Amino acid sequence: MITLTDVRKDYSDEVAIGPVTLSIPQGGITALVGPNGAGKSTLLTMIGRLLGLDHGAIEIAGYDVASTASKDLARIVSILRQENHFITRLTIRQLVGFGRFPYSKGRLTRVDEEHISRAIDFLDLTRLEGRYLDQLSGGQRQRAYVAMVLAQDTEYVLLDEPLNNLDMKHAVQMMKLLRRATSELGKTIVIVLHDINFAGHYSDHICAVKDGRVVEFGTPAEILTGDVLTRVFETPVQVVDGPNGPLAVYF
Amino acid sequence: MAPRSADAFASPRARRRYIVVLGALIVLSLGFGFALLAWDNPMPVGTDGFWRIAEMRATGLVVIAVVAFSQAMATVAFQTVTNNRIITPSIMGFESLYTAIQTSAVYFLGIAGLIAIQGVPQFLLQVALMVGFALLLYGWLLSGRYGNLQVMLLIGIVIGGGLGSVSAFMRRLLTPSEFDVLAARLFGNIANADAEYLPIAIPLCAVAGGLLWANARRLNVIALGRDTSMNLGLNHRAELLRALTLVSILMAVSTALVGPMTFLGFLVATLAYQFADTHDHRFVFPVAVLTGFVVLTGANFVMKHIFYAQGVVSIIIELIGGGVFLFVILRKGRL
Repeated sequence: MITLTDVRKDYSDEVAIGPVTLSIPQGGITALVGPNGAGKSTLLTMIGRLLGLDHGAIEIAGYDVASTASKDLARIVSILRQENHFITRLTIRQLVGFGRFPYSKGRLTRVDEEHISRAIDFLDLTRLEGRYLDQLSGGQRQRAYVAMVLAQDTEYVLLDEPLNNLDMKHAVQMMKLLRRATSELGKTIVIVLHDINFAGHYSDHICAVKDGRVVEFGTPAEILTGDVLTRVFETPVQVVDGPNGPLAVYF
Repeated sequence: MAPRSADAFASPRARRRYIVVLGALIVLSLGFGFALLAWDNPMPVGTDGFWRIAEMRATGLVVIAVVAFSQAMATVAFQTVTNNRIITPSIMGFESLYTAIQTSAVYFLGIAGLIAIQGVPQFLLQVALMVGFALLLYGWLLSGRYGNLQVMLLIGIVIGGGLGSVSAFMRRLLTPSEFDVLAARLFGNIANADAEYLPIAIPLCAVAGGLLWANARRLNVIALGRDTSMNLGLNHRAELLRALTLVSILMAVSTALVGPMTFLGFLVATLAYQFADTHDHRFVFPVAVLTGFVVLTGANFVMKHIFYAQGVVSIIIELIGGGVFLFVILRKGRL
């Protein structure tokens, strides 16, 4: 379980995140949704200890993120940011290998290699593993990054808009993979999503963020109503019944 | 089929290629090193006299080794921690500080000033000044509320530029003869180095370089950027400060020893990445050091025996090095 108690980050008198108090249950996918600039990514980076808090506390599986050593946290939680640009030229396999750093400290053992192979196979990159990242399409690269955090083998995985730059096919593939990761590997995934329909269909919990605060938290059935979405996104949203569940229509 | 592994090299072929490149660099280093000792040596090879002359020239070779080692290690590490492959630690103000010290010595004390800043304590003082300056800048900028690498680099460049202008202004006011003597000190010159500095310079560089080497695996992770390295459990700021401290020691020693070599580190690091074809610092470092040694001995040899301008190597490094650099980049199309 991830618990945020009274978490705050102040930027200026007008701009602040929080106070946020929230618990994200263990298991399944929890989606963070909300309008641009609401603070979804900021919350996620604070949970992933990439950004310090000004006030409050965050605990992941009972470990306080501010006081637990970073190298220990790296075995409990992994985070993938939206923008990933590396100056080093790496193959997929080398990149995924870095996911084992918290365990191997750079000296890969046979067990590490098995983890790496499994993560690569899981994301269907087996044939491409010798390719350099700059020879891949955006979708393949995104999958390679996700493979790296899966190789890190943490119970909690935080992903900041992993569907960015993905077309329909690859976005659906990615969400199905993440679903499989929760069911087969028992991961808890927290994900920032832009498309409310993806969140509605693939997540177990939806957390709606607006103006730096959590305004709604619940199951997709509870959040995917015209009322709630209209309020959160400040634009008229209708929810209609689609062939595979409710669909938000906003144009 | 080879077993699947996340090796430092993309393929077994890349590994074999690396070994060949390393071997070639070692052969070239030995060749140029020997040529510097033996070329134009009036005594027949192998005689007592030959070795006596070679021994006298060996100091220059040791200086070259120290400079190549420190510039190569420092630049590779600096580029990694700043996440920028087109940068060199010289821009952080080391060279302008060196220039400022040398120039103000001549400006205030005349030609006697140059003699006043020679000697072991003065050498140590210069190194300490440069390291202190760098640490102040890093410490302040990385732990302050800016906490931003880009801001740090920018301020480093601005301060460097400012010091450079002050020195340029002072040089305008010198007499031609003083200026002439000073100018010789402001080219990167192997002959600037005094053998009595070496017992201090060598251990300093060995320790700093050794620590960087021991950190090679962490540097591999730091090259992935702040967020990824923190995700993988590194204390990014502490790693950054440690690496930058070591870099500043290496740069300060090299600069205080022979003067500015703005282009050398950059050239060597870029070539090393092309030659080594791996991201792994454990393999990039040796190639970079050897490349640096080959470039420096080669340039020194050419200057000494073809242009009879003993020691002034920075000119040829910038000329030939720039050409080689452009050639490699245009051919490969990437850094």
